[in-house]
Amino acid sequence: MQLTDLIIKLVLVLVIFAISLVVAMYSTYAERKVAAFLQDRVGPNRAGPFGILQPLADGAKMFMKEEIIPTRASGFLFVVGPSLAIMTACIGSAVIPWGPQMQIGSRIIDLQVTDINVGILYIFGVVSLGVYGIMIGGWASNNKYSLLGAIRAASQSISYEISMGLSIIALLMLTGTLSLKEIAEQQHGLHWNVWYQPLGFLIFMICAFAETNRSPFDLPECETELVGGYHTEYSSMKLGFYLFAEYINMFVSSAVMATLYWGGYNYPGMDWVAAHVGPTIAPIVGVIVLFAKIFAFIFFFMWVRWTIPRFRYDQLMHLGWKKLIPLAIANIVLTGVIATLIKHFA
Amino acid sequence: MEPLSNKRKLIEVKPLNFWERAYLPAIAQGLSITMKHFFKKDVTIRYPEQKREFSENFRGLHSLKRDEQGRERCTACGLCALSCPAEAITMIAGERQEGEENLYREEKYAAVYEINMLRCIFCGLCEEACPKEAIYLDGDIVPTDFTRKDFIYGKDKLVEPPLNQ
Repeated sequence: MQLTDLIIKLVLVLVIFAISLVVAMYSTYAERKVAAFLQDRVGPNRAGPFGILQPLADGAKMFMKEEIIPTRASGFLFVVGPSLAIMTACIGSAVIPWGPQMQIGSRIIDLQVTDINVGILYIFGVVSLGVYGIMIGGWASNNKYSLLGAIRAASQSISYEISMGLSIIALLMLTGTLSLKEIAEQQHGLHWNVWYQPLGFLIFMICAFAETNRSPFDLPECETELVGGYHTEYSSMKLGFYLFAEYINMFVSSAVMATLYWGGYNYPGMDWVAAHVGPTIAPIVGVIVLFAKIFAFIFFFMWVRWTIPRFRYDQLMHLGWKKLIPLAIANIVLTGVIATLIKHFA
Repeated sequence: MEPLSNKRKLIEVKPLNFWERAYLPAIAQGLSITMKHFFKKDVTIRYPEQKREFSENFRGLHSLKRDEQGRERCTACGLCALSCPAEAITMIAGERQEGEENLYREEKYAAVYEINMLRCIFCGLCEEACPKEAIYLDGDIVPTDFTRKDFIYGKDKLVEPPLNQ
Protein backbone atom coordinates (compact mmCIF):
# COMPACT_ATOMS: atom_id res chain seq x y z
CA MET A 1 0.00 0.00 0.00
CA GLN A 2 1.33 3.37 -0.99
CA LEU A 3 1.71 6.30 1.35
CA THR A 4 -1.07 8.30 -0.36
CA ASP A 5 -3.48 5.39 0.06
CA LEU A 6 -2.57 5.24 3.72
CA ILE A 7 -3.20 8.96 4.16
CA ILE A 8 -6.53 8.72 2.34
CA LYS A 9 -7.62 5.87 4.60
CA LEU A 10 -6.48 7.77 7.67
CA VAL A 11 -8.46 10.84 6.66
CA LEU A 12 -11.49 8.66 5.98
CA VAL A 13 -11.22 7.02 9.39
CA LEU A 14 -10.93 10.39 11.13
CA VAL A 15 -13.84 11.85 9.19
CA ILE A 16 -16.11 8.89 9.92
CA PHE A 17 -15.09 8.92 13.57
CA ALA A 18 -15.79 12.64 13.85
CA ILE A 19 -19.11 12.30 12.02
CA SER A 20 -20.33 9.48 14.21
CA LEU A 21 -19.40 11.42 17.35
CA VAL A 22 -21.12 14.58 16.12
CA VAL A 23 -24.19 12.63 15.04
CA ALA A 24 -24.32 10.94 18.44
CA MET A 25 -23.93 14.29 20.17
CA TYR A 26 -26.73 15.86 18.23
CA SER A 27 -28.86 12.76 18.64
CA THR A 28 -29.11 13.61 22.32
CA TYR A 29 -30.35 17.06 21.33
CA ALA A 30 -32.68 15.61 18.70
CA GLU A 31 -34.01 13.09 21.20
CA ARG A 32 -35.00 15.84 23.60
CA LYS A 33 -36.47 17.99 20.86
CA VAL A 34 -38.44 15.10 19.33
CA ALA A 35 -39.69 14.09 22.76
CA ALA A 36 -40.78 17.67 23.41
CA PHE A 37 -42.57 18.04 20.09
CA LEU A 38 -44.36 14.72 20.50
CA GLN A 39 -45.57 15.89 23.90
CA ASP A 40 -46.61 19.43 22.85
CA ARG A 41 -43.62 21.00 24.58
CA VAL A 42 -40.69 23.14 23.41
CA GLY A 43 -37.62 21.22 24.52
CA PRO A 44 -34.18 22.72 25.21
CA ASN A 45 -34.20 26.32 23.94
CA ARG A 46 -31.84 28.27 26.19
CA ALA A 47 -28.31 27.39 25.04
CA GLY A 48 -27.91 29.23 21.76
CA PRO A 49 -30.64 29.71 19.15
CA PHE A 50 -33.21 26.89 19.49
CA GLY A 51 -30.92 25.37 22.13
CA ILE A 52 -28.50 24.26 19.43
CA LEU A 53 -25.53 24.42 21.83
CA GLN A 54 -27.22 22.18 24.39
CA PRO A 55 -25.05 19.09 23.60
CA LEU A 56 -21.90 21.16 24.20
CA ALA A 57 -23.26 22.39 27.52
CA ASP A 58 -24.16 18.82 28.47
CA GLY A 59 -20.71 17.61 27.51
CA ALA A 60 -19.04 20.33 29.56
CA LYS A 61 -21.29 19.45 32.48
CA MET A 62 -20.37 15.77 32.20
CA PHE A 63 -16.65 16.60 32.28
CA MET A 64 -17.01 18.98 35.23
CA LYS A 65 -19.00 16.62 37.43
CA GLU A 66 -17.37 14.90 40.36
CA GLU A 67 -16.23 11.42 39.50
CA ILE A 68 -17.41 8.89 42.04
CA ILE A 69 -16.08 5.34 42.20
CA PRO A 70 -17.87 3.43 44.97
CA THR A 71 -15.50 1.96 47.57
CA ARG A 72 -17.03 -1.47 47.22
CA ALA A 73 -16.74 -1.41 43.43
CA SER A 74 -14.03 -3.21 41.56
CA GLY A 75 -11.88 -0.25 40.52
CA PHE A 76 -10.27 -1.56 37.32
CA LEU A 77 -13.37 -3.17 35.81
CA PHE A 78 -15.42 -0.12 36.77
CA VAL A 79 -13.33 1.91 34.33
CA VAL A 80 -13.09 -0.84 31.71
CA GLY A 81 -16.88 -1.09 31.38
CA PRO A 82 -17.66 2.31 29.82
CA SER A 83 -14.41 2.30 27.83
CA LEU A 84 -15.36 -1.00 26.22
CA ALA A 85 -18.88 0.20 25.56
CA ILE A 86 -17.76 3.32 23.71
CA MET A 87 -14.96 1.50 21.86
CA THR A 88 -17.17 -1.25 20.45
CA ALA A 89 -19.74 1.37 19.51
CA CYS A 90 -17.15 3.34 17.54
CA ILE A 91 -15.55 0.50 15.56
CA GLY A 92 -18.82 -0.79 14.14
CA SER A 93 -18.92 1.85 11.42
CA ALA A 94 -15.67 0.63 9.79
CA VAL A 95 -17.28 -1.67 7.21
CA ILE A 96 -20.22 0.47 6.18
CA PRO A 97 -19.98 1.69 2.59
CA TRP A 98 -20.79 5.39 2.85
CA GLY A 99 -20.96 5.98 -0.89
CA PRO A 100 -20.03 4.64 -4.31
CA GLN A 101 -16.45 4.89 -5.55
CA MET A 102 -15.28 8.44 -5.90
CA GLN A 103 -12.96 9.56 -8.69
CA ILE A 104 -10.61 12.46 -8.01
CA GLY A 105 -8.34 13.05 -10.95
CA SER A 106 -7.18 9.57 -11.95
CA ARG A 107 -7.42 8.16 -8.46
CA ILE A 108 -10.39 6.01 -7.43
CA ILE A 109 -11.32 6.18 -3.76
CA ASP A 110 -13.58 3.79 -1.91
CA LEU A 111 -15.81 5.63 0.53
CA GLN A 112 -15.48 2.76 2.97
CA VAL A 113 -12.77 2.22 5.55
CA THR A 114 -12.37 -1.45 4.82
CA ASP A 115 -14.25 -3.96 2.70
CA ILE A 116 -14.15 -7.15 4.73
CA ASN A 117 -15.66 -10.00 2.72
CA VAL A 118 -17.58 -11.08 5.84
CA GLY A 119 -18.65 -7.53 6.72
CA ILE A 120 -22.01 -8.54 8.17
CA LEU A 121 -20.38 -11.03 10.51
CA TYR A 122 -17.97 -8.31 11.62
CA ILE A 123 -20.89 -6.05 12.49
CA PHE A 124 -22.56 -8.86 14.40
CA GLY A 125 -19.36 -9.58 16.28
CA VAL A 126 -18.86 -5.95 17.27
CA VAL A 127 -22.49 -5.53 18.29
CA SER A 128 -22.38 -8.58 20.53
CA LEU A 129 -19.12 -7.37 22.06
CA GLY A 130 -20.97 -4.22 23.05
CA VAL A 131 -22.85 -6.11 25.72
CA TYR A 132 -19.55 -6.82 27.50
CA GLY A 133 -19.23 -3.14 28.33
CA ILE A 134 -22.65 -3.17 29.97
CA MET A 135 -22.07 -6.53 31.65
CA ILE A 136 -18.67 -5.58 33.10
CA GLY A 137 -19.92 -2.17 34.23
CA GLY A 138 -22.96 -3.67 35.93
CA TRP A 139 -20.89 -6.36 37.60
CA ALA A 140 -18.10 -4.07 38.77
CA SER A 141 -20.54 -1.61 40.38
CA ASN A 142 -21.27 -4.11 43.16
CA ASN A 143 -24.89 -2.98 43.26
CA LYS A 144 -27.89 -5.22 42.86
CA TYR A 145 -29.72 -2.90 40.50
CA SER A 146 -26.69 -2.57 38.26
CA LEU A 147 -26.24 -6.31 38.24
CA LEU A 148 -29.90 -6.90 37.40
CA GLY A 149 -29.64 -4.41 34.55
CA ALA A 150 -26.49 -6.05 33.26
CA ILE A 151 -28.01 -9.53 33.38
CA ARG A 152 -31.06 -8.29 31.56
CA ALA A 153 -28.88 -6.70 28.89
CA ALA A 154 -26.91 -9.90 28.39
CA SER A 155 -29.87 -12.25 28.12
CA GLN A 156 -31.79 -9.80 25.98
CA SER A 157 -29.05 -9.36 23.44
CA ILE A 158 -28.37 -13.10 23.26
CA SER A 159 -32.06 -13.77 22.63
CA TYR A 160 -32.45 -11.15 19.96
CA GLU A 161 -29.18 -11.86 18.18
CA ILE A 162 -30.56 -15.25 17.15
CA SER A 163 -33.57 -13.91 15.31
CA MET A 164 -31.45 -11.08 13.93
CA GLY A 165 -29.03 -13.60 12.47
CA LEU A 166 -31.86 -15.71 11.08
CA SER A 167 -33.46 -12.70 9.43
CA ILE A 168 -30.11 -11.90 7.80
CA ILE A 169 -29.80 -15.44 6.41
CA ALA A 170 -32.88 -14.95 4.24
CA LEU A 171 -31.28 -11.75 2.92
CA LEU A 172 -28.00 -13.52 2.23
CA MET A 173 -29.81 -16.19 0.22
CA LEU A 174 -30.84 -13.44 -2.18
CA THR A 175 -27.61 -11.43 -2.25
CA GLY A 176 -25.18 -14.35 -2.20
CA THR A 177 -22.48 -12.31 -0.46
CA LEU A 178 -21.56 -11.18 3.04
CA SER A 179 -19.67 -8.10 1.89
CA LEU A 180 -21.58 -4.92 2.65
CA LYS A 181 -20.00 -3.18 -0.33
CA GLU A 182 -21.35 -5.77 -2.78
CA ILE A 183 -24.74 -5.80 -1.08
CA ALA A 184 -24.93 -2.03 -1.47
CA GLU A 185 -23.87 -2.24 -5.14
CA GLN A 186 -26.54 -4.86 -5.90
CA GLN A 187 -29.29 -2.49 -4.79
CA HIS A 188 -28.58 -0.07 -7.63
CA GLY A 189 -31.35 2.42 -8.35
CA LEU A 190 -34.51 1.25 -6.67
CA HIS A 191 -33.71 -2.50 -6.41
CA TRP A 192 -33.74 -2.21 -2.66
CA ASN A 193 -33.75 -5.40 -0.64
CA VAL A 194 -36.70 -4.28 1.43
CA TRP A 195 -39.06 -4.95 -1.52
CA TYR A 196 -37.95 -8.59 -1.54
CA GLN A 197 -37.53 -9.04 2.22
CA PRO A 198 -40.23 -6.98 3.99
CA LEU A 199 -40.74 -9.55 6.75
CA GLY A 200 -36.99 -9.98 7.17
CA PHE A 201 -36.60 -6.22 7.50
CA LEU A 202 -39.34 -6.05 10.13
CA ILE A 203 -37.68 -8.76 12.21
CA PHE A 204 -34.26 -7.16 11.76
CA MET A 205 -35.56 -3.78 12.85
CA ILE A 206 -37.28 -5.13 15.96
CA CYS A 207 -34.05 -6.91 16.88
CA ALA A 208 -32.06 -3.74 16.23
CA PHE A 209 -34.27 -1.95 18.74
CA ALA A 210 -33.52 -4.67 21.26
CA GLU A 211 -29.79 -4.74 20.51
CA THR A 212 -29.38 -1.01 21.01
CA ASN A 213 -31.40 -1.17 24.27
CA ARG A 214 -33.91 1.28 22.92
CA SER A 215 -37.48 1.58 24.09
CA PRO A 216 -39.67 -0.56 24.08
CA PHE A 217 -36.80 -2.93 24.89
CA ASP A 218 -34.88 -0.65 27.27
CA LEU A 219 -35.16 -3.03 30.20
CA PRO A 220 -31.44 -2.90 31.07
CA GLU A 221 -31.81 0.71 32.17
CA CYS A 222 -35.47 0.65 33.07
CA GLU A 223 -35.69 3.68 35.42
CA THR A 224 -38.98 2.68 36.96
CA GLU A 225 -37.75 -0.54 38.49
CA LEU A 226 -33.94 -0.54 38.43
CA VAL A 227 -33.09 3.07 39.43
CA GLY A 228 -30.76 3.51 36.43
CA GLY A 229 -30.03 -0.07 35.45
CA TYR A 230 -26.42 -0.95 34.71
CA HIS A 231 -25.20 2.65 35.04
CA THR A 232 -26.77 3.37 38.43
CA GLU A 233 -23.38 3.83 40.12
CA TYR A 234 -21.77 5.79 37.31
CA SER A 235 -21.22 9.51 37.30
CA SER A 236 -19.38 12.16 35.32
CA MET A 237 -17.96 11.28 31.89
CA LYS A 238 -18.11 7.53 32.51
CA LEU A 239 -21.88 7.84 32.60
CA GLY A 240 -21.54 10.10 29.57
CA PHE A 241 -19.69 7.32 27.72
CA TYR A 242 -22.47 4.84 28.38
CA LEU A 243 -25.14 7.23 27.17
CA PHE A 244 -22.98 8.24 24.22
CA ALA A 245 -22.34 4.60 23.28
CA GLU A 246 -26.09 4.06 23.08
CA TYR A 247 -26.46 6.90 20.60
CA ILE A 248 -23.50 5.79 18.49
CA ASN A 249 -24.98 2.29 18.43
CA MET A 250 -28.22 3.79 17.24
CA PHE A 251 -26.37 5.62 14.46
CA VAL A 252 -24.47 2.50 13.37
CA SER A 253 -27.50 0.24 13.42
CA SER A 254 -29.45 2.83 11.42
CA ALA A 255 -26.61 2.83 8.90
CA VAL A 256 -26.63 -0.99 8.78
CA MET A 257 -30.40 -1.11 8.27
CA ALA A 258 -30.18 1.51 5.54
CA THR A 259 -27.36 -0.36 3.81
CA LEU A 260 -28.76 -3.86 4.07
CA TYR A 261 -32.41 -3.19 3.31
CA TRP A 262 -33.03 0.36 2.12
CA GLY A 263 -30.51 0.59 -0.67
CA GLY A 264 -27.66 2.33 1.16
CA TYR A 265 -26.40 5.19 -0.99
CA ASN A 266 -28.60 4.17 -3.94
CA TYR A 267 -31.55 6.23 -5.05
CA PRO A 268 -33.77 6.27 -8.13
CA GLY A 269 -32.25 8.34 -10.92
CA MET A 270 -28.68 7.94 -9.70
CA ASP A 271 -27.40 7.07 -13.19
CA TRP A 272 -28.82 10.28 -14.57
CA VAL A 273 -27.19 12.26 -11.75
CA ALA A 274 -23.87 10.46 -12.23
CA ALA A 275 -23.93 11.21 -15.97
CA HIS A 276 -24.60 14.90 -15.39
CA VAL A 277 -22.44 15.92 -12.44
CA GLY A 278 -19.47 13.64 -13.02
CA PRO A 279 -17.77 10.91 -10.96
CA THR A 280 -16.51 13.26 -8.24
CA ILE A 281 -19.74 14.94 -7.17
CA ALA A 282 -22.12 12.01 -7.72
CA PRO A 283 -20.75 9.94 -4.80
CA ILE A 284 -21.24 12.92 -2.51
CA VAL A 285 -24.92 12.98 -3.48
CA GLY A 286 -24.97 9.26 -2.65
CA VAL A 287 -23.47 9.95 0.78
CA ILE A 288 -26.11 12.60 1.41
CA VAL A 289 -28.85 10.17 0.42
CA LEU A 290 -27.46 7.55 2.79
CA PHE A 291 -27.34 10.06 5.62
CA ALA A 292 -30.91 11.12 4.91
CA LYS A 293 -31.95 7.49 5.30
CA ILE A 294 -29.91 7.15 8.49
CA PHE A 295 -31.47 10.25 10.01
CA ALA A 296 -34.91 8.99 9.07
CA PHE A 297 -34.17 5.79 10.97
CA ILE A 298 -32.81 7.68 13.97
CA PHE A 299 -35.97 9.75 13.99
CA PHE A 300 -38.00 6.55 13.85
CA PHE A 301 -36.08 5.15 16.82
CA MET A 302 -37.00 8.27 18.80
CA TRP A 303 -40.56 8.37 17.57
CA VAL A 304 -41.08 4.80 18.76
CA ARG A 305 -39.40 5.53 22.08
CA TRP A 306 -41.86 8.30 22.93
CA THR A 307 -44.87 6.28 21.80
CA ILE A 308 -44.68 2.72 23.07
CA PRO A 309 -44.47 1.67 26.71
CA ARG A 310 -41.78 -0.75 27.82
CA PHE A 311 -42.27 -4.51 27.59
CA ARG A 312 -42.48 -6.63 30.70
CA TYR A 313 -39.48 -8.92 30.94
CA ASP A 314 -41.36 -12.17 30.31
CA GLN A 315 -43.13 -10.54 27.37
CA LEU A 316 -39.76 -9.59 25.96
CA MET A 317 -38.54 -13.17 26.16
CA HIS A 318 -41.83 -14.46 24.82
CA LEU A 319 -41.59 -12.18 21.80
CA GLY A 320 -37.95 -13.01 21.17
CA TRP A 321 -38.05 -16.78 21.48
CA LYS A 322 -41.60 -17.78 20.63
CA LYS A 323 -42.55 -15.22 17.99
CA LEU A 324 -39.53 -13.78 16.21
CA ILE A 325 -37.42 -16.93 15.86
CA PRO A 326 -40.20 -19.07 14.29
CA LEU A 327 -41.13 -16.11 12.10
CA ALA A 328 -37.53 -15.69 10.97
CA ILE A 329 -37.25 -19.41 10.16
CA ALA A 330 -40.51 -19.27 8.23
CA ASN A 331 -39.09 -16.29 6.35
CA ILE A 332 -36.03 -18.31 5.36
CA VAL A 333 -38.18 -21.20 4.11
CA LEU A 334 -40.50 -18.85 2.24
CA THR A 335 -37.61 -17.01 0.64
CA GLY A 336 -35.99 -20.27 -0.43
CA VAL A 337 -39.18 -21.69 -1.93
CA ILE A 338 -40.09 -18.51 -3.81
CA ALA A 339 -36.56 -17.94 -5.08
CA THR A 340 -36.40 -21.55 -6.37
CA LEU A 341 -39.80 -21.30 -8.03
CA ILE A 342 -38.89 -18.03 -9.75
CA LYS A 343 -35.60 -19.45 -10.95
CA HIS A 344 -37.41 -22.59 -12.17
CA PHE A 345 -40.21 -20.91 -14.09
CA ALA A 346 -38.61 -17.71 -15.28
CA MET B 1 -78.99 -11.97 43.99
CA GLU B 2 -81.56 -9.34 43.16
CA PRO B 3 -79.81 -6.42 41.46
CA LEU B 4 -80.11 -3.19 43.44
CA SER B 5 -80.61 -1.17 40.29
CA ASN B 6 -80.91 -1.96 36.64
CA LYS B 7 -77.74 -0.02 35.90
CA ARG B 8 -75.58 -3.11 36.08
CA LYS B 9 -74.02 -4.00 32.79
CA LEU B 10 -72.33 -7.28 32.01
CA ILE B 11 -69.03 -6.70 30.25
CA GLU B 12 -68.03 -9.34 27.80
CA VAL B 13 -64.29 -9.96 27.56
CA LYS B 14 -63.65 -10.94 23.99
CA PRO B 15 -60.47 -12.82 23.15
CA LEU B 16 -58.13 -10.73 21.01
CA ASN B 17 -58.28 -11.42 17.31
CA PHE B 18 -55.22 -12.08 15.18
CA TRP B 19 -54.42 -8.46 14.33
CA GLU B 20 -54.83 -7.36 17.92
CA ARG B 21 -52.46 -10.09 19.05
CA ALA B 22 -49.97 -9.21 16.32
CA TYR B 23 -49.49 -5.87 18.17
CA LEU B 24 -48.15 -4.08 15.12
CA PRO B 25 -51.40 -2.38 13.99
CA ALA B 26 -51.78 -1.01 17.49
CA ILE B 27 -48.22 0.33 17.34
CA ALA B 28 -48.94 1.98 14.00
CA GLN B 29 -52.02 3.58 15.51
CA GLY B 30 -50.01 4.85 18.47
CA LEU B 31 -47.33 6.23 16.17
CA SER B 32 -49.95 8.12 14.18
CA ILE B 33 -51.33 9.63 17.37
CA THR B 34 -47.94 10.87 18.53
CA MET B 35 -47.23 12.18 15.02
CA LYS B 36 -50.38 14.27 15.22
CA HIS B 37 -48.98 15.86 18.37
CA PHE B 38 -45.68 16.51 16.61
CA PHE B 39 -47.35 19.15 14.45
CA LYS B 40 -49.55 20.59 17.19
CA LYS B 41 -48.83 24.02 18.61
CA ASP B 42 -47.01 23.76 21.92
CA VAL B 43 -48.73 25.05 25.04
CA THR B 44 -45.57 26.24 26.79
CA ILE B 45 -45.38 29.76 28.19
CA ARG B 46 -41.71 30.77 27.96
CA TYR B 47 -41.70 32.10 31.49
CA PRO B 48 -39.22 34.87 32.17
CA GLU B 49 -39.88 36.52 28.79
CA GLN B 50 -43.54 35.71 28.65
CA LYS B 51 -45.87 35.85 31.64
CA ARG B 52 -49.28 34.45 32.23
CA GLU B 53 -51.76 37.06 33.46
CA PHE B 54 -52.51 36.93 37.19
CA SER B 55 -56.08 36.71 38.37
CA GLU B 56 -57.58 39.86 39.90
CA ASN B 57 -57.37 38.63 43.49
CA PHE B 58 -53.84 37.27 43.17
CA ARG B 59 -51.75 37.92 46.28
CA GLY B 60 -48.08 38.45 45.56
CA LEU B 61 -45.24 40.47 46.96
CA HIS B 62 -46.18 43.05 49.62
CA SER B 63 -45.82 46.75 49.10
CA LEU B 64 -45.98 49.51 51.73
CA LYS B 65 -48.08 52.31 50.31
CA ARG B 66 -47.69 56.07 50.35
CA ASP B 67 -50.51 58.59 50.51
CA GLU B 68 -51.42 61.29 47.92
CA GLN B 69 -48.56 63.51 49.10
CA GLY B 70 -46.00 60.75 48.96
CA ARG B 71 -45.79 60.15 52.72
CA GLU B 72 -45.56 56.66 54.17
CA ARG B 73 -48.92 55.52 55.45
CA CYS B 74 -47.64 52.98 57.97
CA THR B 75 -47.74 54.05 61.60
CA ALA B 76 -46.14 50.92 63.05
CA CYS B 77 -49.24 49.98 65.01
CA GLY B 78 -48.27 46.33 64.76
CA LEU B 79 -51.70 44.99 63.82
CA CYS B 80 -50.32 43.30 60.73
CA ALA B 81 -47.65 41.54 62.75
CA LEU B 82 -50.29 40.51 65.27
CA SER B 83 -52.61 39.16 62.64
CA CYS B 84 -49.91 37.31 60.75
CA PRO B 85 -50.46 33.54 61.25
CA ALA B 86 -46.94 32.74 60.07
CA GLU B 87 -45.28 35.39 62.26
CA ALA B 88 -43.42 36.70 59.28
CA ILE B 89 -43.61 40.42 60.05
CA THR B 90 -41.45 42.34 62.51
CA MET B 91 -41.15 46.04 62.97
CA ILE B 92 -39.55 48.68 65.15
CA ALA B 93 -41.42 51.93 65.60
CA GLY B 94 -39.77 55.34 65.44
CA GLU B 95 -40.93 58.85 66.38
CA ARG B 96 -41.23 61.44 63.67
CA GLN B 97 -38.80 64.32 64.16
CA GLU B 98 -39.22 67.98 63.26
CA GLY B 99 -38.97 68.46 59.51
CA GLU B 100 -39.90 64.91 58.57
CA GLU B 101 -43.57 65.73 58.03
CA ASN B 102 -43.19 65.22 54.32
CA LEU B 103 -41.87 61.69 54.83
CA TYR B 104 -44.29 60.15 57.34
CA ARG B 105 -47.98 60.84 57.62
CA GLU B 106 -48.39 60.36 61.37
CA GLU B 107 -46.21 61.06 64.38
CA LYS B 108 -45.13 57.45 64.63
CA TYR B 109 -43.66 55.45 61.79
CA ALA B 110 -41.94 52.13 61.14
CA ALA B 111 -38.20 52.64 61.42
CA VAL B 112 -37.62 49.01 60.55
CA TYR B 113 -40.18 46.89 58.79
CA GLU B 114 -39.21 43.37 57.77
CA ILE B 115 -41.12 40.50 56.21
CA ASN B 116 -39.58 37.08 56.00
CA MET B 117 -40.70 35.82 52.59
CA LEU B 118 -39.85 32.23 53.49
CA ARG B 119 -42.34 32.34 56.38
CA CYS B 120 -45.05 34.34 54.64
CA ILE B 121 -47.93 32.24 53.36
CA PHE B 122 -49.50 35.09 51.34
CA CYS B 123 -52.84 34.77 53.14
CA GLY B 124 -53.53 38.52 52.99
CA LEU B 125 -54.52 38.88 56.66
CA CYS B 126 -52.02 41.76 57.13
CA GLU B 127 -53.79 43.58 54.34
CA GLU B 128 -57.14 43.06 56.05
CA ALA B 129 -55.84 44.03 59.49
CA CYS B 130 -54.22 47.28 58.43
CA PRO B 131 -56.31 50.29 59.59
CA LYS B 132 -54.26 52.74 57.49
CA GLU B 133 -54.46 50.95 54.12
CA ALA B 134 -50.70 50.85 54.20
CA ILE B 135 -49.92 47.31 53.09
CA TYR B 136 -51.16 45.49 50.00
CA LEU B 137 -50.14 42.17 48.46
CA ASP B 138 -50.34 43.51 44.93
CA GLY B 139 -46.85 42.65 43.67
CA ASP B 140 -45.28 39.93 41.58
CA ILE B 141 -44.10 36.43 42.55
CA VAL B 142 -41.22 36.50 45.06
CA PRO B 143 -38.00 36.06 43.07
CA THR B 144 -35.51 33.31 43.86
CA ASP B 145 -32.33 33.85 45.83
CA PHE B 146 -29.41 31.90 47.22
CA THR B 147 -29.36 32.45 50.99
CA ARG B 148 -32.07 32.52 53.63
CA LYS B 149 -31.20 35.95 54.90
CA ASP B 150 -31.78 37.43 51.45
CA PHE B 151 -35.43 36.50 51.79
CA ILE B 152 -35.95 38.87 54.70
CA TYR B 153 -37.24 41.93 52.85
CA GLY B 154 -36.70 45.30 54.51
CA LYS B 155 -38.19 48.70 53.80
CA ASP B 156 -35.81 49.19 50.87
CA LYS B 157 -37.65 46.52 48.95
CA LEU B 158 -41.14 46.92 50.39
CA VAL B 159 -41.91 50.65 50.33
CA GLU B 160 -43.39 52.05 47.16
CA PRO B 161 -41.09 54.37 45.22
CA PRO B 162 -41.71 58.07 45.97
CA LEU B 163 -44.33 59.83 43.88
CA ASN B 164 -42.19 62.38 42.10
CA GLN B 165 -39.79 59.83 40.69
